[in-house]
Amino acid sequence: MTHSIDRRKFLQLAGLGGGATFVSGLGFNVFAANGFSVGLPVEDFYFVQLSDTHWGFKGADKNPDAAGTLQKAVAAVNALDKQPDFIVFTGDLTHTTDDAQERKRRMSEFKDIVGELKVKHVRFIPGEHDASLDKGEAYQAFFGDLHYSFNHKGIHFIALDNVSDPAAQLGPTQLAWLQADLQPLPANAPIVVFTHRPLFDLYAKWDWMTRDGQQAIDLLMRFQNAVVFYGHIHQEHHHFTGHIPHHAAKSLIFPLPAPGSVPKRAPIPWNPAKPYNDLGFRNIEAYPWKNYRIEEKTLT
Amino acid sequence: MNQYWKKCLLYLLLLPPLAATANPEPPVIVIKASKFLFQPAKIELKKGQTVILEFTSSDRMHGFSLPDFAVRADIEPGKPMRVSFTPDKAGSFVFRCDIFCGDGHEEMAGEIIVQDEG
Repeated sequence: MTHSIDRRKFLQLAGLGGGATFVSGLGFNVFAANGFSVGLPVEDFYFVQLSDTHWGFKGADKNPDAAGTLQKAVAAVNALDKQPDFIVFTGDLTHTTDDAQERKRRMSEFKDIVGELKVKHVRFIPGEHDASLDKGEAYQAFFGDLHYSFNHKGIHFIALDNVSDPAAQLGPTQLAWLQADLQPLPANAPIVVFTHRPLFDLYAKWDWMTRDGQQAIDLLMRFQNAVVFYGHIHQEHHHFTGHIPHHAAKSLIFPLPAPGSVPKRAPIPWNPAKPYNDLGFRNIEAYPWKNYRIEEKTLT
Repeated sequence: MNQYWKKCLLYLLLLPPLAATANPEPPVIVIKASKFLFQPAKIELKKGQTVILEFTSSDRMHGFSLPDFAVRADIEPGKPMRVSFTPDKAGSFVFRCDIFCGDGHEEMAGEIIVQDEG
């Protein structure tokens, strides 16, 4: 499937910037033909990132529509004019529970709801609420591998798991896998990484970090065109480690305050005057070996 | 009193106070971790005073993270963990559990208040 994204329009948007639209401005160089790209279709496309849906959460003061927000997001994605190539959920699909049966019930319900998405190419990664209490056992039964990679239209996508270890570590086994996965790629290969928690130390006082995340960043540093999309912090956030951008997505259950802006890391209460405020998802347009454009979507 | 006992008494008087010569163990502060709180959750210390933080867990694995001083520990049930800690700056510092332990994990935190000496 070829999408007819208008590059001139993108350039206009890039020039405008600001507002609800974040333009990454990564300035990717044109990717030189080599073994990595031979035989792979090169097309502009876009995908959608949803994050932190916390299915099963209850707390009327934080989200009185907790049992309906995920369906609302699914409907909003289905209503997009052009459907994305694929959709990725970057963790905390379900809200945690000590009850293993309840955990499975929530995962089953989540899967049924997102099964209503028109796009059937859907990728998942775990959040600590899904996978930390049973080391990802139930998650794997419902959603598959905890970490993996795939190629799509010339971009190498990598899904990392920094949550099934309750200490929030990737661990040496996964880091060795990542090193092996990256090893054959040339330095100018476009790479997109999905994680739940930030790989970098965003705000250690709130535990917004991955204990061994720097080791993954070090492995990515030799790639000119690597970018990370993550969740966990329930807000849009953009940060660079060296030349690598890290983009956090909004939640679909409740927003959290900006890192360090308040003494306690507590959910921002629901505002009846602005329902679904700061809840949403994002479209990510990929212009392989050129650039990305991120468009934030807010639920209404 | 014979000469022997007089000498003994003299030596005892000449000895420096015991407290100044012995190397007393720093005070131990026991911190109990359980879902989803630390007890005590508020600890007051003096800058420069070394203490032993002793962590215990009554239910499951927890973590103790005090990033302002780069102090952290795993807290396993049945295995008290001791960490020597000498605060070198005054202020109020948050510590929290950094091992995901369930629904209240995000709220499992406490505060160390370090006061200037004197």
